[in-house]
Amino acid sequence: MTESGITTNVIDKGRGMADMLINMGPQHPATHGVFRMELALDSEMIVDVTPHIGYLHRGSEKLFENEIYSQIITLFDRLDYISNFNNELGLVMAVEKLMDLEVPDRAEYIRVILCELNRIASHLVFIGTFALDMGALTPSLYNFRDREKILALFEATSGARMMHNFFRVGGIKQDVIADFPARVTTLLGELEAGIDEADKMLSLGEVFVERTRGIGVIDGDVALDWGLSGATLRASGVPYDVRIEEPYSVYDRFDFGVPVGSAGDCWDRYYLRVLEARESIKIIRQALQQMEPGPVQAKVRAIARPPKGEVYVHAENPRGDFGVYLVSEGAESPYRLKVRPPSFCNLMALRDLLIGHYIADSVVILGSLDIVLGEVDR
Amino acid sequence: MINSIKALRVSLGSMMRKKVTAEYPKEHLPIQDRYMGFPALLFDAARDEPFCTGCMVCVRYCPTQCMSAEMTDNEKFAEGDSHRKKIINTFEINLGRCILCGICVDVCNFDAIEMSHEHELGDRMRDGNRVDLPTLLKMGTKYQSETGWKQSKPNLPSPKERAVIAEAKAAKEAAEAAANPPLEAEPEATAT
Ligand code: SF4
Ligand code: SF4
Repeated sequence: MTESGITTNVIDKGRGMADMLINMGPQHPATHGVFRMELALDSEMIVDVTPHIGYLHRGSEKLFENEIYSQIITLFDRLDYISNFNNELGLVMAVEKLMDLEVPDRAEYIRVILCELNRIASHLVFIGTFALDMGALTPSLYNFRDREKILALFEATSGARMMHNFFRVGGIKQDVIADFPARVTTLLGELEAGIDEADKMLSLGEVFVERTRGIGVIDGDVALDWGLSGATLRASGVPYDVRIEEPYSVYDRFDFGVPVGSAGDCWDRYYLRVLEARESIKIIRQALQQMEPGPVQAKVRAIARPPKGEVYVHAENPRGDFGVYLVSEGAESPYRLKVRPPSFCNLMALRDLLIGHYIADSVVILGSLDIVLGEVDR
Repeated sequence: MINSIKALRVSLGSMMRKKVTAEYPKEHLPIQDRYMGFPALLFDAARDEPFCTGCMVCVRYCPTQCMSAEMTDNEKFAEGDSHRKKIINTFEINLGRCILCGICVDVCNFDAIEMSHEHELGDRMRDGNRVDLPTLLKMGTKYQSETGWKQSKPNLPSPKERAVIAEAKAAKEAAEAAANPPLEAEPEATAT
């Protein structure tokens, strides 16, 4: 308070003069799931925030310990329910690494194609809902239309739109449909047009830029300290992508770029995902060209029994660095299976990002982190 | 301002597009061949009985434990009409609990269960989607007739068929033996 009685905008971070405490969520549409933020406000300014998670907690990590590996795949589908194939890949890679298993090339290519398509689908959802958070309804409708095309292809390939249960330890469930390459090629053309359209409508729109430029800025160093990953980290200028740093699957055979931002604000975080979706299209095109007929499943026993030992693998999910830590006692089910969910770690920076912003921006900042609560709460 | 006008142009340009949505209860989107709907039990028309032997493998591997099965001795086997010694007696799936994962189909060794194309099973009751053997077989038969489903391997012969085969084999051998006289006779024939 100044002498005139007007509250200044200079806020003692974390210990500000809060007038009011309000709850945002857990069923607030802008929290993308069930997530509650307790905002301490000084008029319209956020001075403190306490996030509450756990509304979607299903005890997955405990469940893993009682299920065999083929059943765990179904649970991994439900972690990050917007990029299911990427999750499945994390698990099967961990088991394969522990078993020292060679996966047939064709299976790897199909996995990469499906994962990259899923990345595009996930980014489309992000772009759509991010715009929706700011009141722009159209991009979300357009992007969901394009995403539906991807999901239709997934359904034709794996039998399910979202909970695929398609990857197996040592390969994939069955070979793709005969016209898969042709359908993917057509789809890519449509997606390119769709992404361009959303980009044209949204990215440089006056209102959109005003709402996102300079909002929720985080430095590269701070971002690394918080353990951020994925596009959220790269927006702050740290060029870290697991696909490049530690290539898994067959990612070392493709030529693709990793877009890196510089400002570390909401606009950068948004725009990187638009660019990433375009890079994914490039990867899929190359994978389709390099793919050759062959087996899709390595010779393994129906029930995987990895030897005693422990392993950590990580992969680049649409939301960031998805890690799987597996401890096996040589049994049919893991002794411990820990997941490092990128959304959860990205959410860590929320308090830092929100303090000092207006309450209307809280929705935008939370949206720009692109969290999926299924993964945060597990 | 200029941007808003540009945006308006995009909107006007896309006004004349074709509709991409379908009005759900009236229109249905086409179902893909591999679509995994609710699991259903298949019916062996040749033997007039289900394929399922009640071996319980699927019950053990179902991640949600939504199935139960009970096997019984197959009367048709005793009569010699079927090759299945055991047959399913009761089978129940709580489809409200099934997560459509397809693991039961993967583990079944008898071609007995398949993910049907059934997917509209709304019900008001909590246990309304507990389905029993006849319902599952009805779903399966519908799936079989709709998709032209084929067995992955032919049925083994039943006891009666085996008897017929054995008889035929014996008869064939006898006929061959009659057509070709025993080998010892031949040297004599060439000698004379
Ligand atoms: S459906 Fe197959 S696995 Fe399940 S009980 Fe019947 S025969 Fe066994
Ligand atoms: S599809 Fe999965 S959940 Fe459903 S009955 Fe089969 S094994 Fe159980």
